[in-house]
Amino acid sequence: MILLEALYVAPPALTAQAPILAIVIPLLGACAAALAPSARTAWVISVAAAIFGAWMALAVAGEVMREGVLVYVLGGFNPPMGIALRIDAMGALMGLLIGGVGTLAAVFSGHSLVAEVRAEKHTLFQAGFLLCQAGLVGLVFTGDAFNAFVFLEVSSIGTYALVAVGEKRDRRALPAAFNYLIMGTVGATFYVIGVGFLYAATGTLNMADMAARLATLDQSTVVQAGFAFIIAGLGVKAAMFPLHGWLPGAYAGGPSLISVLLAATATKAAIYLMVRFMFEVFPQGSAFGQAFLTWGLAPLAAAGAIVCSIQAVFARELRRMIAFSSVAQVGFIFLGISLASADGLSASLFYMVAHGLMKATMFMALGALALNIGARRLDDFAGVAREAPWTAVAFAVGAASLVGTPLTMGFLAKWGLIEAAITSGQVWIAVVIAAGSVLTVIYVGRMIEVIFFRVPLPGAPRAKEAPIGVLAPLLVLAGLSIWFGLDASLPEQLAQAGAARLFEVRP
Amino acid sequence: MSTPILDASFALNVALLLMLVAIAFAVVRTRSLLAAILLMSVYSLASAAWLMVADAADVAFTEAVVGAGVSTIVLLGAILLARGETERVNWKLMIVPGVLAAVVGGVLIYAASGLPNYGDPASPANSHVGRAYLEATYRDIGAPNVVTAVLASYRGFDTLGETVVIFAACIGVALMLGFGSRATLAPPTEIPNDQHVVLRVVAKLLIPLIVLFAFYVQFHGDLGAGGGFQAGVIMAVAIILHALVFGLRATMAAVPVSLARSVAALGVVVYAGVGIVCIINGGGFLDYDYLFSPRVEAMIPANLLGDPNHVHHWGQHFGILFIEIGVLLTVSATIVTMFYGFAGRTIETIEAERRT
Amino acid sequence: MTWLASHFNYVVVVILMMAGLFIVFSSGNLIKRMIGLAMFQTSTGLFYITLSKVSGGTAAITLKADSETGRALAAPLDPAYVAQFGVDGVVYSNPLPHVLILTAIVVGVATLAVGLAIAVRVREAYGTVEADEIDALSRVAAEQAEPAP
Repeated sequence: MILLEALYVAPPALTAQAPILAIVIPLLGACAAALAPSARTAWVISVAAAIFGAWMALAVAGEVMREGVLVYVLGGFNPPMGIALRIDAMGALMGLLIGGVGTLAAVFSGHSLVAEVRAEKHTLFQAGFLLCQAGLVGLVFTGDAFNAFVFLEVSSIGTYALVAVGEKRDRRALPAAFNYLIMGTVGATFYVIGVGFLYAATGTLNMADMAARLATLDQSTVVQAGFAFIIAGLGVKAAMFPLHGWLPGAYAGGPSLISVLLAATATKAAIYLMVRFMFEVFPQGSAFGQAFLTWGLAPLAAAGAIVCSIQAVFARELRRMIAFSSVAQVGFIFLGISLASADGLSASLFYMVAHGLMKATMFMALGALALNIGARRLDDFAGVAREAPWTAVAFAVGAASLVGTPLTMGFLAKWGLIEAAITSGQVWIAVVIAAGSVLTVIYVGRMIEVIFFRVPLPGAPRAKEAPIGVLAPLLVLAGLSIWFGLDASLPEQLAQAGAARLFEVRP
Repeated sequence: MSTPILDASFALNVALLLMLVAIAFAVVRTRSLLAAILLMSVYSLASAAWLMVADAADVAFTEAVVGAGVSTIVLLGAILLARGETERVNWKLMIVPGVLAAVVGGVLIYAASGLPNYGDPASPANSHVGRAYLEATYRDIGAPNVVTAVLASYRGFDTLGETVVIFAACIGVALMLGFGSRATLAPPTEIPNDQHVVLRVVAKLLIPLIVLFAFYVQFHGDLGAGGGFQAGVIMAVAIILHALVFGLRATMAAVPVSLARSVAALGVVVYAGVGIVCIINGGGFLDYDYLFSPRVEAMIPANLLGDPNHVHHWGQHFGILFIEIGVLLTVSATIVTMFYGFAGRTIETIEAERRT
Repeated sequence: MTWLASHFNYVVVVILMMAGLFIVFSSGNLIKRMIGLAMFQTSTGLFYITLSKVSGGTAAITLKADSETGRALAAPLDPAYVAQFGVDGVVYSNPLPHVLILTAIVVGVATLAVGLAIAVRVREAYGTVEADEIDALSRVAAEQAEPAP
């Protein structure tokens, strides 16, 4: 742990500006990458900007753990007149997730793009990737509701085209990207409508100011409608059941790098914003809020977890299977959130990070395999472990974390959720999670069986072990799932601190 | 709360809104895509008129250039490339969306009943932060156009995000359609010289005037309606007009693809760069009061504008100027790049079909 | 009836939003769906601007109360109203939603351009822009054996 604390260190002048630099440096990197003369240069810029952004996120996390809440005023005008970034433990945790996965993905992109994206598009791809990073970090760091929309769209608009670029490998990426764009934009517009209602009721856009004003207002239909539209809009972005229709196609069609990003960070950032609105902006303890959580969110999340796990069991293509699994896992996360307690929220945040890491590992492993084979259906991956053992092991680690094997982060995450559910008295949620886990074992079992225990098909293209440039980030990701399974103090501290602050008793 | 004057402007408001509804229904019902696009263009123009009645001058300007201008260009380019003329109607597909729209609409109208009356000056929205901007702008920034002051200074970070969104769209369209650079390799299409004399002469007169107008809108953005976005679109329109009249190859020779790409990225760099300069000089990101180091600030006379009681905020003035230039660069370059992408691909497709 | 008069704008804006949303989800043609999306997004803008209008107000560009325009604006209004809701003798409309919608319009056109670019590529890859035909072609492709890379 002492080693990680040392990483938080940055020169004080830089630390003071770390919140904004974590956003602006990837942004400037994107501009540089768009103008880069070659794909190699663009890749170097991408890795450098991502590393710097991650370092700044570490500095922010360190500051937040020392100070509690970090506020950075932009433009010299204090909120509510101006915009300010406001980062607490929860935001810092998200920043670390985005920065960390982003850096590993950037390193991975060097080789992965060659196989999956047309050569002339590589520089623009790196630019789009960095814009997505900047947008996501801006989204989790901002304290202003409309600014959150702008950064949500910054990250999304880049992603739509980046998913479509997967058409080199699979032309279904194109209609999938179009569908993703439509659903994503409808979701963002619903969010804007919701913010409009809240603005009409409170007169401000700063989230802290809004929270203070909403606490004094009675629950008019305007406020409730605003809340409903915000949750619906962000629910589309977070792929909450039944608004998840865009996700399987986008994950399966896009290049592996984009699937890594989407699965690990983009949906989680939307969940983060939802949690902010649910528990910080909207007053807690209101009858409407409670009814929504118990009768709206929890049943939908449970349905999503079970239905999508079943769809994953019967899926034929490996990436679609993992995509359905993602929606199911997001259902678990929402179940934890619906408990409306500090334990539940902290367990959900921990699960978000665990899930982000495990899915990133799995998609990155598939990306490593895609360098040499173009398989899509699960059966075509038969016996891949014999030719690419390290990649297969990394995939297996991610899958083990997904199932909740002891010694992985996934185990601690599931345990935390079940514990929180039982302590809150909602035993049925624990039952749903257990049932979902059984289904998870079934489809993960299918994957492991095909990859490890079958003989490779005669005449099928041979898989090869990936080069070190791809293998290194993959093994680091897999290693993180195990490291945090053994010593989870870093994410756990941040998750608990974040949840505790949202649920502390207000005077 | 009783509203003092409603008659003339309210009647206009009702009339324009009804026109919008009529156009919207026409768009829903029509099966011709070209008709739908042209109707949307009229819809944007009518929205711009409504926005003027609602006192939103800058928004009306932007809606007119962006909605009626850029959207129409891009949509026309798309149906040309996608060779779509009519849509196929499947009645069964309409039931669920119809019910969904009715239910969501009902919920919205029910919720809207709690919203303040149209024109209510005492509503929470109009009394809290919004009103504070009106009172504080002269003191903090000194620009008469409060909307520009809020856009460029108070909420400058939002505008940076918006500029980045435009840049992201530039990258997105370029990823999908390329830059049309291959269009320069195609043989020039033969146009008989006397067929387009009038167009060419008028275009040669108009294009410089349009560019001049773009600069006017740009630099007078803080005094009247206008600003970087509108100016950027107008500038791009001048270039597109050139391409329409003189051919894509001629325009690409004058405004090369690489220039457009670089300028788009440069605009964002200028904007973010202003913010970083402010950090280096000791302030926060985009805090224009720190744009000039104290040494430079001391060299500029403080009340040059003749009002002895008002210290002119030169940092704010120049900060807004520079970031608006950044916006102008990115917006104009992005729209030109998008046009090159759509138009360039059109030429490739036509050439490819001519060869087969 | 007075409710309808004072909330007429909201009702119309909701109708426009739902028209746009209906087109997005009921049409199979990709380009028509983008048109519906554009309509949905711009009507959200109309909603915000409706919130910002102040009766008797003018665009938020500062003018002097004793100029010709200022006097013309103040003439039909009750002086107490101007004193309470005006700033330095002139009543303005709320500028904040204007700024937000400027941003939203630009975001809308950016989305439109990217969406249409993707639709064009769909047409090139599938030969059609109708969703049901694309689905049919995709399903056929998925059921065929995997080609070698």
